[in-house]
Amino acid sequence: MSSNVMTNTGSNTTVSPGGLPSRRNTEMAMLIFAVLIPVFAYANVGLAKDGALPAGMLGYGLGLCLLAGVAHMVVRRWAPYADPLMLPIATLLNGMGLVLIYRLDLEPLPGGAAAPTQLMWSTLGVGLFVAVLVFLKDHRVLQRYTYISMVTALILLILPVFFPARFGARIWITIPGVGSLQPGEFAKIIIAVFFAGYLMVKRDALALASRRFMGLYLPRGRDLGPILVIWALSVLILVFETDLGTSMLFFGLFVVMLYVATERTSWIVFGLALTVVGAVAVASFEPHVQSRVDDWLDPMQAFKNGSEQPAQALWAFGSGGVLGSGLGQGFSRLIGFAAKSDYIFATVGEELGLTGVMAMLLLYGLLVERGIRTSLAARDPFGKLLAVGLSAAFGIQVFVVAGGVMGLIPLTGMTMPFLAQGGSSVIANWALVAILLKISDTARRPAPAPAPSPDAEMTQVVRP
Amino acid sequence: MNKPLRRIAIFCGLLVLALLARDNWIQLVQADELKTDPKNRRVAIARYSQPRGNIIVDGKSITGSTDTKSGDFRYKRTYKNGPMWSPVTGYASQAFGANQLEALNDGILTGDDDRLFFNRTIDMLTGKPQKGGNVVTTLNAKAQKAAFDGLGDKKGAVAAINPKTGAILALASTPSYDPSSFAGNGKSDTAEWSKLQKEQNDEEPMLNRALRQTYPPGSTFKVVTAAAGLESGEYDLDKATDSEDPYKLPDSQTKLGNEGNIPCENATVRNALRYSCNTVFAKMSHKIGNEQMIETANKFGFNDKELDTPVRAAESVYPKDNRPQNAMAGIGQASNRATPLQMAMVASSVANNGALMKPYMVDQLVAPNLNVVEQHKPSEMSRPLSSENAQKLQQGMETVVQKGTGTSAQIPGVTVGGKTGTAQRGENNSENPYAWFISYAKDQDGSVPVAVAVVIEGSDTLRSDIAGGKLAAPVAKGVMKAVLEGKQ
Repeated sequence: MSSNVMTNTGSNTTVSPGGLPSRRNTEMAMLIFAVLIPVFAYANVGLAKDGALPAGMLGYGLGLCLLAGVAHMVVRRWAPYADPLMLPIATLLNGMGLVLIYRLDLEPLPGGAAAPTQLMWSTLGVGLFVAVLVFLKDHRVLQRYTYISMVTALILLILPVFFPARFGARIWITIPGVGSLQPGEFAKIIIAVFFAGYLMVKRDALALASRRFMGLYLPRGRDLGPILVIWALSVLILVFETDLGTSMLFFGLFVVMLYVATERTSWIVFGLALTVVGAVAVASFEPHVQSRVDDWLDPMQAFKNGSEQPAQALWAFGSGGVLGSGLGQGFSRLIGFAAKSDYIFATVGEELGLTGVMAMLLLYGLLVERGIRTSLAARDPFGKLLAVGLSAAFGIQVFVVAGGVMGLIPLTGMTMPFLAQGGSSVIANWALVAILLKISDTARRPAPAPAPSPDAEMTQVVRP
Repeated sequence: MNKPLRRIAIFCGLLVLALLARDNWIQLVQADELKTDPKNRRVAIARYSQPRGNIIVDGKSITGSTDTKSGDFRYKRTYKNGPMWSPVTGYASQAFGANQLEALNDGILTGDDDRLFFNRTIDMLTGKPQKGGNVVTTLNAKAQKAAFDGLGDKKGAVAAINPKTGAILALASTPSYDPSSFAGNGKSDTAEWSKLQKEQNDEEPMLNRALRQTYPPGSTFKVVTAAAGLESGEYDLDKATDSEDPYKLPDSQTKLGNEGNIPCENATVRNALRYSCNTVFAKMSHKIGNEQMIETANKFGFNDKELDTPVRAAESVYPKDNRPQNAMAGIGQASNRATPLQMAMVASSVANNGALMKPYMVDQLVAPNLNVVEQHKPSEMSRPLSSENAQKLQQGMETVVQKGTGTSAQIPGVTVGGKTGTAQRGENNSENPYAWFISYAKDQDGSVPVAVAVVIEGSDTLRSDIAGGKLAAPVAKGVMKAVLEGKQ
C-alpha cells in the first residue's frame, strides 16, 4: 500500500509516520468519565425508585472501575499506540447497559434479576479483551486461519438448528451447566476474518479478471464462487433459524468488504440486486417476515392484533420526549419480556429522552467511525479489510436494532451492542473492540528506527 | 482501498444520521401524539397515580380513594354507601371507565381541568403531586337515606327537589349496585361488572331509574291536566265540571270508568283530584285538546331532550296523538311517559307558585385549595301556570292528602299536598302496575322546602289508585320528613 501515504494535518489522525503521542493518558481521563457517568446513573436510579442510594451502586461501580482499570493497564502494556477513544466508549456503553438492566430488574418483568449475570458476562468479555490484546501479537496472524474461520463460522451458524427455538428464533445453543449462547454474535467476527483473508488474496482477481456485462464488471465464477456460497449458506441457515437481523448483518458485511476489496462500485449494485431478490424471496414464503413487515407498517393496528411491542416501543419513545422521564421513572415494563434485550433502547428513549438517545447513537457512531479510521490507517490489506468489516458489522447491527426499535425499519431482533442483556453479545463485542484496538495499535505504532545499513556507512566514507 | 473506505465511513455516518433523524421525528415531532394516545397505558397510569377528588354531600365526602400499593394503577375509587349514592355519583372504574358525575366532572376530579391550570402549575413548581378538586352536590344525606331505606327491597325510584331553587335533594333507585365493587381492574372487578350488566341481570341494577327511566305517569299526570284546565280558564277549583260517568272516549266506542264507586259525575276539580276521577280528567284533556296539552306539558319540562342536571335525564314525552289517545293521556295512561325527576318537577312548580326551577345537583366545583371554580346559580326554566292557579292547585293537592287517596302521606303539623297514581302496564293490564306518588311539604313559615316523586313497581294485589297511596306515599312522606327535620 505504498499509495497510502496519509496527509497528517494534526493530532486528529491516528496514523503517524513518526512518534505520535500514544494518548494513553487521554484514554485514562476519558475512562474516568466512562466509569463516573454510570455510577451517577446508578445513584439516579436508586434515588428515583427508593429515595436512597442503591445497595448495588458500590458493587457495580467498583466492578466497572476494576474492569476499566484492568483493560486500560493491559492496553498500556500490550497495545500502547491503540486508538484512545474505543475503550472509553465501550466502557461507557457497557456501564450504561448495566445500569439500565439493573434498573429494569426493579420492574416486575419475567426472568428475574439480570444485572449480576450481566456484570459477570462483562467481566468475561473484558477477560477476552485482555486475552486478545495479550496473545494476539499481530493481527495478521489471523490470516492463517482463513479457511478454519470459514468452517468455524458455518458450524456456529448451523449449531442452533439442533436446539429448540426461543421467542420464535433458533439462535441459541444450550450448554448444560454453563447456560445458553448465541453463536451468531461470534460468527460475526469469525466470518469477518474469513472474508478479510479470502478477499485479500482474491481481490485483484475479483477486481480485474472480470467480464463486462451490461455495463457491470462481473467476476469469474471461480473467484466469486466460494465466497458467494458461504454467504448464501449462512443467510439460508439464518433464514431457516428466522434470525433475520443477523442475515441482514451478514449480507451488509459481505457487500461492504467486497466493495472495499475490489474498489468497484458495481459491487454495490450487485449487492443491492441480491438484497432485493433475497428480500422478496424470503418475504414471500416466510410468514414470520410478513408479520414483521405488517407490524412495522402499522404498529397501532398490530397492537390491536396482539403484537404489542412495536407500538409499546413507540409509546415509550414518545412518552420520553426531549428530556426523558428520568432513570427509574418510566414505564418500560409495559414493553414486556424483551425489555432488557432487544428493546432496551426503548428504555433509553423513555427515561433519558431524545437527549440520551442521541448521545448513545453518537457514541456508537463515533466507535464505528474510529474503527473505519483504524482501517484507513492500517498498512496491510488484511488489517484494513478486517477493521472495516468489524466496524461495519458493528454499525449495521446498531442500525438494524435501533432502527427496528424506533420503527425506522421492520424489527428483526438483535441485541444492541454492549447495552442489551446477553452474554454472547457483550463478550463478542469486547473481542471485536480488542481486535480493532490491536489493528489500530499496529497502524499507529511508530515505524522502527531504520536498521543501520552497512552500505550507508560505506557511502559516508568519502575521503577527499 | 482508501476511497471505498471513505465512502463506507460516509455510509455508516448516514446510517447513524438516519437513526438520529428518526429519533427526532418520534421523540420531538410525534411525541405529544404518542404520549397522549389513549391506548398508551401511561396515560391511565398517570391518571390513577394520584387520589381522585371527592364528591361531597352535606359537607362530607361520599367517595374516597384507596392506595392499592400494587400494580400500575395506584389509587382506586371507593364509595361510602355505594348502592345508596350510585344514582348520584355514577361510577369510576379503572377497567370500565366512568359515568354520571364521575365522568362529567372528571377534569375537576383528576385535576386535569383547564380551570385548575394555575393550581397544577403551582404544584408542579413546588414538586407536589397533582391533586383533584371536589364536586359539591346539592343532595341532602338524610333525605337520600329516607328515600333509599323507604324503597327498601322494592324496585323503584325517588326524586326530590327543592322547589324554590331546583336543587335536587334526593335521587334514589333500587335495586342498586355498589360502584366500589368494580372500581379496580382485577378479575373480581370484571366478574362483578358482568354480573351487573343487563344481559346477565334482568333487575338492571345499573339503571338509574330516577333520571334515566321513563314510566307511564298514571294518575299523577292529572296534576298537569288540572293545571292545563285551570290555565284555560274554563275550569275552576271548586266549580262543578261537565263530566259524565262513565265517559265515552271521543271517536271511539270505549267507555272509560273510574276505579271503585266514587262520586265523579260533574265533580269539581278539587274532588276529581281527591278521588282521582279518570272520567273528569280524560274529558278535560279532550276539551283542552292535544296541542294545548302538549304546550302545558312542555312548560313542565316534557319533550325536553337535553334536561341536564348535569347528568342528562331521559326525555319525558307527551306526544302528538289522536283524540282518544289524548284523552287517555290526560290521566297518564297513554303514550305519555315521565321520569320520576319530571314528576318531581311537576310537583315542585305547583308548590313554587307556578315557577319551575331548573333542576340541578352540582352546587359547586371546588379546586384542591378550596377555591370555588364554578358556582351554580338557580335559574327559572319556565312558568307552567300562574301563581293564582298554582295556589288553587295546591289546595286541590292538599285535599288529596287531607281526605283523599293520599292520606298516608300526612305529617302532623305540616301541610302536605300530593297526588297518587297507579299506572297500568302491559297488554290488558297484565303486568304489575307502577305505584306513583308526587307531593310537596309546606313548612310552618309557609316556605316549601321539598317536592318529591316516588315510583314503585307494585304488586298484583294493589290495583286501584290506593296503590300509589299505600306503596309510594309512605316513602315520599319519609323523604319530606327528613328534609323538614333537617331544616329545623
